[in-house]
Amino acid sequence: MSKEMTGAEMVIEALADQGVQHIFGYPGGAVLPIYDAIFQQQMVQHILVRHEQGAVHAAEGYARSTGKVGCVLVTSGPGATNAVTGLTDALCDSIPLVVITGQVPTHLIGNDAFQECDTVGITRPCTKHNYLVKRIEDLPSVLHEAFHIAASGRPGPVVVDIPKDIQFAKGTYSKPTQFQHQGYKPRLKGDPNRIKEAVELMARAKRPLFYTGGGIINSGPRASALLRELVRLTGFPITSTLMGLGAYQASDPQWLGMLGMHGTWEANWAMHDCDAMICIGARFDDRITGRLDAFSPGSTKIHVDIDPSSINKNVKVDIPIIGDCAHVLEDMLQLWRAQKAQPDKKALGEWWKEIDTWRAKKSLGYKKSDTIIKPQYAIQRLYELTKDRDTYITTEVGQHQMWAAQFYGFQEPNRWMTSGGLGTMGYGLPAAIGVQRAHPQSLVVDIAGEASVLMNMQEMSTAVQHRLPIKVFILNNQYMGMVRQWQELLHGGRYAESYTHSLPDFVKLAEAYHAVGIRCDRPGDLDAAIKEMIDIDQPVLFDCVVDQQENCFPMIPSGRAHNEMLLGDSGESVDSAVTEEGKMLV
Amino acid sequence: MSSTSHYPAAPIAEKIESHTLSVMVDNEPGVLARVIGLFSGRGYNIDSLTVSETEHQKHLSRITIVTRGTPMVIEQIKNQLDRLVPIHRVVDMTLAGPSIQRELAMVKVAGTGEPRVEALRLADAFRARVIDAGTTSFIFEITGASDKIESFINLMLPLGLVEVSRTGIVAIARGAEAM
Repeated sequence: MSKEMTGAEMVIEALADQGVQHIFGYPGGAVLPIYDAIFQQQMVQHILVRHEQGAVHAAEGYARSTGKVGCVLVTSGPGATNAVTGLTDALCDSIPLVVITGQVPTHLIGNDAFQECDTVGITRPCTKHNYLVKRIEDLPSVLHEAFHIAASGRPGPVVVDIPKDIQFAKGTYSKPTQFQHQGYKPRLKGDPNRIKEAVELMARAKRPLFYTGGGIINSGPRASALLRELVRLTGFPITSTLMGLGAYQASDPQWLGMLGMHGTWEANWAMHDCDAMICIGARFDDRITGRLDAFSPGSTKIHVDIDPSSINKNVKVDIPIIGDCAHVLEDMLQLWRAQKAQPDKKALGEWWKEIDTWRAKKSLGYKKSDTIIKPQYAIQRLYELTKDRDTYITTEVGQHQMWAAQFYGFQEPNRWMTSGGLGTMGYGLPAAIGVQRAHPQSLVVDIAGEASVLMNMQEMSTAVQHRLPIKVFILNNQYMGMVRQWQELLHGGRYAESYTHSLPDFVKLAEAYHAVGIRCDRPGDLDAAIKEMIDIDQPVLFDCVVDQQENCFPMIPSGRAHNEMLLGDSGESVDSAVTEEGKMLV
Repeated sequence: MSSTSHYPAAPIAEKIESHTLSVMVDNEPGVLARVIGLFSGRGYNIDSLTVSETEHQKHLSRITIVTRGTPMVIEQIKNQLDRLVPIHRVVDMTLAGPSIQRELAMVKVAGTGEPRVEALRLADAFRARVIDAGTTSFIFEITGASDKIESFINLMLPLGLVEVSRTGIVAIARGAEAM
């Protein structure tokens, strides 16, 4: 079944055929034909943002919270360049996006035309793949292929750059067909021999540990369910990266908390001392490994990843398994059961005893206060007051992000949207908009810092326009807290430019956007204020005034290994823990 | 060095190896930019790169890349190349079995008298062909392994070498099978 239509109409038709209901975007000269087509249909709803970066982060939040492909429509030139940060963010965190950019007419490409830029050139290193469509005949298949590539294998952002004359041109639209590509064939099933080796290793391990990541989330809710089954069946401890939070329920006794630079004492010590590491859908990022030559020196390592280039990139592993997490977990479970495998109960008991001594350190402890709101306390209260609701959390980047990861107990996958790989300040507010659009009835909270949130504050206007009642919970310490923490650590407490003078009055700012502002600066008032925030069916800016001096602990300081991490109240001065060479590369 | 940083230290120097990779790609606009951008973006080396369409009906091009790195980096390069959508296959000719590697050079030599005669004699010994001749210059065409071309150029240097144009290495595996 094929129909005659314009390129612009094909875009809408293809989006609808791909099941797209919402697209985030901003109009401009080179996409006007597509906007005209949007105006004349009901299948795809457009959400107008205030800046193209916001559109991409909103689509990321949408994608991360639903498992669907997020969609963006922006114009040529500045529209495309403003999208670049979001594209890079999505590439780092493997978020499936299709971003359609307008381009100047084909005869003007390369001519330095108005609002022209080399979009495919600029976005080549920050997309999974990109296209410049120069013939109307290619448009339908390119659009369908873009969705396939964005969503399959290791997901990622795909850009389709469409010149304006192609949008006007008439052609024949064809429906998506079975995708055939010689070079692109992501592998889903793991090698059975490797899986067998892995299961055998797990059965004889004395100090095993699951180390999981965002790959589980990307693989879908089934991967989380299978992971939970395998973890319960084996009785092994489990930790996760920032991106993987929620795949395993944080309330479970087998959960050790997040690992890495600001991970828990028990998770990092277990990583260091384990004898069998089962890494599933994580990529040995430098925030996780710390000093590479001291990274888990005694373990045999299993690594399950859909992307072959993630294997042996930073850390040499012993049993690489290329495949989709859910497929491999299913095969592991099946084999574990078929072989009637039993963990080494006695050794495992000893291992848990050791883990319990690490847990007894209570590494997330902090000094409570009756007079000033501790940021950790604020997150704990937010968690307690929202945990029984249908809640989604996004964050900005910095100390508040780490505290959210440490203190908000995620129970389900797809509930946690954060910028991990790229560390994009300004991610959380627009991401919350995307999440709220996908889940209109749910509670969506952006746990923010006052510095980060100002980077995309303009999107409050988007939230108000589209009646998306997001809650922006700002831990306001007037500092770029993580920058200040590093300056304290590495630069003798010289806080160069990390204190923000002249912050806006967030309550008035909220009101200026026709949203609601709440300020709270006393621990005693916090619960009531949070409840008030939850009950308001409008966007809210919550200015939570917190302790300015609080730092994020535990932490692995520069040049140290997992078993050399610092606690907040440790006697060792943080300053002396970092060497001159360490300061250079932080 | 007493310590490094939270960013992992540079890995301990492993042996650097040279590998020749054959890469089949869709011959579409921008494909070479994707390959080159990958190498520059990730800090890999390119010692030599050649590309040409080899299967016209399928619009397939074959790229031959000579690169250097530790075994771990070479493995990364291959995996990263494989990730690019228009790339069909990546074969490491250095590991895949016996292969033949050749390049072609055109060498311009100017001079008269004894050096000119000597250049011709050496060209003959190297089985270089004269593809252009004037009263004061020759252009030689020479094919072979890189070290042979290197030696020929070095010999021409004192005999009036003017300029050289080289293709870079192309490679093919021995035996009956395609890559």
